[in-house]
Amino acid sequence: MSRAFVMRFGRRVAGAAVLAGIVLAGTAQAQDADLVRRGAYLEQAADCEVCHTKPGGVPFAGGRAFDLPGIGTLYAPNITPDAETGIGRYTDAQFDSAVRRGVGPGWRHLYPVMPYASYAKMTAEDVRAIRAYLMSLRPVHAPAPANQVRFPYNIRLAMIGWNLLYRPSGPLPDDPARTAAWNRGRYLVEAAGHCGECHTPRTMLQALSMTKSYAGAMIDGWLAYNISSDVDSGIGAWSDTQLAAYLSTGHADGRGTAVGPMADVVSHSLRFLTPEDVAAMVTYLRSLPARRSDETIGVVSPETLAQLAPIHSNGERLFAGACTGCHLTDGHGRQVDFAALWGARSLGEIDGRNLVRTMVEGGTLQTAHGAMVMPAFGPEYRNQDLADIANYAISHFGNREGHVTARDVAVARGGVSP
Amino acid sequence: MLTLQVNGTAHQVDVPDDMPLLWVLRDVLGLPGTKFGCGIGQCGACTVHVDGKAVRACSLPASLVGQRPVTTIEGLAEDEVAAEVTKAWLEIDVVQCGYCQPGQIMAAIALLKSNLHPSDDEIDQAMSGNICRCGTYRRIRAAIRNVAGAV
Amino acid sequence: MAMTTIAVSRRRALAGAGGLLMAVVLPRARSRAATVTRIVEDQTGPFAPNAFVRIAPDGSITLILPNVEMGQGIYTGEAMLIAEELDVGLEQIQIEAAPADEAYVTKALGTEATGGSTSTIATWKSLREAGAVARTLLIRAAADRWVVEPASCQSEAGVVRHVPTGRTLTYGELAVEAAALPVPSGPVALRAPSTFRLIGHAQHRLDGPAKVNGTATFGIDIQQPGMKIGTVAACPVMGGVLLHVDDRAARQVPGVREVLTIGNAVCVVGDHYWAARKGLEALAITWDEGVNATVSTGTVYRQLHEALQGPAIVANTKGDARMAIRGAATRVEAVYQQPLLAHAPMEPINCTVHVTPERCDVWVGTQVPMRARDSAAEVTGLPKEKVFLHNQYIGGGFGRRLEHEYVTQAVQFARQVSYPLKVIWSREEDLTMDRYRPAYVDHLVGGLDAHGKLVGLSHRIVGPAVVARWAPEALLPNGVDDDLLVGTVETPYAIPAMFLDYARRETPGVVTAWWRGVGGTRGVFVIESFIDELAASAKVDPVAFRRRMTGDRPRARAVLDLAAEKAEWGTTLPEGVGRGVALQYVFGSYLATVMEVEMSTMGTVRVRRAVVAVDCGRVVNPDQVVSQIEGGLIFGLSAALFNEVTLENGRVREKNFNTYRVLRMNESPAIEVHLIDSTEDPGGIGETGTAAAAAALANAMAAATGRRYRRLPLTGPQA
Ligand code: FES
Ligand code: FES
Repeated sequence: MSRAFVMRFGRRVAGAAVLAGIVLAGTAQAQDADLVRRGAYLEQAADCEVCHTKPGGVPFAGGRAFDLPGIGTLYAPNITPDAETGIGRYTDAQFDSAVRRGVGPGWRHLYPVMPYASYAKMTAEDVRAIRAYLMSLRPVHAPAPANQVRFPYNIRLAMIGWNLLYRPSGPLPDDPARTAAWNRGRYLVEAAGHCGECHTPRTMLQALSMTKSYAGAMIDGWLAYNISSDVDSGIGAWSDTQLAAYLSTGHADGRGTAVGPMADVVSHSLRFLTPEDVAAMVTYLRSLPARRSDETIGVVSPETLAQLAPIHSNGERLFAGACTGCHLTDGHGRQVDFAALWGARSLGEIDGRNLVRTMVEGGTLQTAHGAMVMPAFGPEYRNQDLADIANYAISHFGNREGHVTARDVAVARGGVSP
Repeated sequence: MLTLQVNGTAHQVDVPDDMPLLWVLRDVLGLPGTKFGCGIGQCGACTVHVDGKAVRACSLPASLVGQRPVTTIEGLAEDEVAAEVTKAWLEIDVVQCGYCQPGQIMAAIALLKSNLHPSDDEIDQAMSGNICRCGTYRRIRAAIRNVAGAV
Repeated sequence: MAMTTIAVSRRRALAGAGGLLMAVVLPRARSRAATVTRIVEDQTGPFAPNAFVRIAPDGSITLILPNVEMGQGIYTGEAMLIAEELDVGLEQIQIEAAPADEAYVTKALGTEATGGSTSTIATWKSLREAGAVARTLLIRAAADRWVVEPASCQSEAGVVRHVPTGRTLTYGELAVEAAALPVPSGPVALRAPSTFRLIGHAQHRLDGPAKVNGTATFGIDIQQPGMKIGTVAACPVMGGVLLHVDDRAARQVPGVREVLTIGNAVCVVGDHYWAARKGLEALAITWDEGVNATVSTGTVYRQLHEALQGPAIVANTKGDARMAIRGAATRVEAVYQQPLLAHAPMEPINCTVHVTPERCDVWVGTQVPMRARDSAAEVTGLPKEKVFLHNQYIGGGFGRRLEHEYVTQAVQFARQVSYPLKVIWSREEDLTMDRYRPAYVDHLVGGLDAHGKLVGLSHRIVGPAVVARWAPEALLPNGVDDDLLVGTVETPYAIPAMFLDYARRETPGVVTAWWRGVGGTRGVFVIESFIDELAASAKVDPVAFRRRMTGDRPRARAVLDLAAEKAEWGTTLPEGVGRGVALQYVFGSYLATVMEVEMSTMGTVRVRRAVVAVDCGRVVNPDQVVSQIEGGLIFGLSAALFNEVTLENGRVREKNFNTYRVLRMNESPAIEVHLIDSTEDPGGIGETGTAAAAAALANAMAAATGRRYRRLPLTGPQA
């Protein structure tokens, strides 16, 4: 056990030992600490923190808002051990029911923003470990704001019906015909990692589509890309190395860098997974059936990019001023590879959805070398200017004609509805 | 412990992994010629050469530099292109407050080393990421043209 | 800055007496007087006939320059003035920044200060006199040594020559004897301009070499033994105070040494800036934001516009403008709005301070050394003589370093520690804790007679009075900040009747301050935009309209004609391209600027070309005049095109160059500057280009599109 670990969890564990008041405390302590440690890792794999932390807020103290078009605004609850506002009074069984069945204490049905349909596929022991970890945190008193949900979704009982229709399944039994890595990968992708929650389109009733699994979907104004094995629109053309690099660092040469919610997922979750687990995910992702979607990827090599003649557009000029400090026009990142635009998927999409959002809001990717930050340009640049930059970048780096309009930028700002 | 190759000398430094090269140069190695302007890659005041390429030291974690050689404004003594560039800068009296100028000069040298006869477009492309609040742009461009003409 | 009202009488002794400072001023500046006396007594020290010249027996010649170098080339210009009369070459001298001392007080600014484009105006005579006095004494010392008439001796390039015999002595060899001679009491003869070797001839900048090889030391580059580095977060809402700071996490950051607090700010100190910065980010700070927490940009503009009605102070009248307008054939009316602006110099705010029980050393780039020193004395409780201010090269002043609150803050932190503390503000802190150029609203009404001639102009200015804070004694007795009259009352035009009043409205939530171009920048935009509107209403070409109004101002007419000619005014331009002109008389200089702009249907604005004609009187260093106009224009164009500081919940929203955009190389126009030969005394030049930019640009945009632009900035999401 590392020293830091003892220091971090020692106090709570010691408290438990005193309560137990038995000589065997040493063993119990070790077991408990083991569970917490396993839980810490699994919590990262399941990425509880991102959703249960509001921007700039205390981690796990909840409050992050989720706007569901047509349904309302939901707020992630506090999952620190605070007795009143957190999960301090949950038993193991109650916690498990909330995570895996979407039913909180007192038969309160959770909304499927909480990916319990995926978490249902986790094992009970893993969920217990996550609870043990969460209970080791410092309790933070932070009541979540009340959800604002429209009829009929405000009737939580309706969720019972939803759960009957789309009954969360149980833990996935290992497929003996597959390798251990595949099975582990499936567990991480389907259960803990809940990748499909973003990357699989939803049906009318908000359930994940079976026929378009991992074919990409819009979520919160971002396009979660097609990660099926389709060669043109999915990740079929990516090498294993690229996939592993992207998952574990947020960047792969020739594939760009994660932005938006995916940057959060890498920052708080994927980058902490062991290389074996990442490799397992790659193995499983590779086996997903190819699902073709509209968005295809254009990749222009740095050699070609370096040869492109100037086009004297407004977008090009603005790019040379505001963007080249980090993104060179030859596709390489100036300082760090994270800023390389060569092959970035966001520059292959002609309507530039993710690109424009990123320019407007900026973004942060946590890495082993500190935070890689793209500043926000939305507040200062005109809609037309940002559209011009986007179209220039799409044509330059993606070799396509960009179709971004000033109105698209206004939509990305959130000032205008799409 | 990191070992950095700066201006031809190896330096051992004990700094956090996320510490940008800029602050290692300025505050640890005592090389204040490289300037801090924005810290976010927008101004170019911190431009140095890493492996001969102009990079923003404020946005480059020192832990990612590796063994690539770093050159700062203080390390140009023996560089021929640098000598031509500084000469042109002085002839035209480019500088005003001078604060952005180490970054401008490092960017200009990197440009000229990769392209001895840049067109105006290429100068704009390479230099527009460097801000000068004193507005010396016209003279910077003229100085670069003069170097290109001289060699 | 038009602050001629400042206690002139108290300082009259100084007027034009730079060269006689030893006699007149030094007794006030005790420390310096003491030094000089001792030197004279022991007969070994340098020859220092006044506060500006020091010649050591080893021959080294040091010029102490009263104004700080922040890019404007003043070290070179002022050295030229002294060297011209002292008869030394620029390559023979060393230059030094003046200490904080009364000897360097700028009369027009009432303190030791660099600003308002006053430096050359103020030192044009006094520094030449300083050089001439020194030279006179050196010649006399040589004549005494040789026992000949001083008139038979000549000086050249640092030596005195006895003409009949050809004997020579260097200044260094004469230093000790010259130091013993009494300073001449009467006026000394100055060189005839026709004999100038330096003045009027382009000289390379003296600070050039150090600034291209990276050795120039700016405030932020100061290194002191044992020094640590701190970075600051002040309450983001002005007037708020610190309630509580939880620094547990910050103290865990490797390299963090201390967390210091003062009433409204926290400073994390580390071994290097990065540790300090990470520590600052790890703080959990609770502020009491105070009453300004609800201020927004809307609040600011609303109160300015409201004051267009209601009472105001009459600031200037000539004839009966209201009557003239009432009787006019055509009435033209417009309201102009200008935003809060930040300085955003390239070198972020910083200050290094070492406080010990005996003394306090301050290393900083400041435009106001005495104020900075005095505030350090006040904070530490040390007498002023125990505060040593070491002024440094400034990486861009633009008026920001006419403020010294950051020095006060740094001393407040540094007095809590024993080591030298360098405080560096992040760019974010620099932009959000700036002291801002005020927002203004102006209302103008003009009357044209049947021939399209302006017969009367009525003008109301609404905005803060910066001078009331910065130099309260200079606020006019009627409550008018006369800086606001610059460019509005004294224009290049003969206007038969004029009425100007002023409604003072202080901006809530921010401190307002001087900004490059001061009153002239705001005034020229308003007046020159309105003149264009009058010309359009009179259906007269804008240059012709201005030309016929220049009346008895031939210098104004000459620059206008020259700029129009060089810019090919009147020739046809492609669709979407327009030319605009601005004519101004500010800081004692005449400028005409023709700007050419291209506007796309998508609203993209590209400034293609600017042609400027200048008459700034006698020119000291011609190429630096050109340089200042180029730079001033770019600075003004950045602001005119893009910049506006906005407030939300009392906080400034613009935090770095991604949200406070500045003009870049590929957006900058071609600039041509044409100087007119003149024998008039010099005018100021450092801010004239900035003053010209917005007006010429807005007029060019109007010419390109046919619509008027009355709000700054001219583009950007707000426009
Ligand atoms: S300080 Fe590095 S780009 Fe501005
Ligand atoms: S010379 Fe001052 S910022 Fe460039």
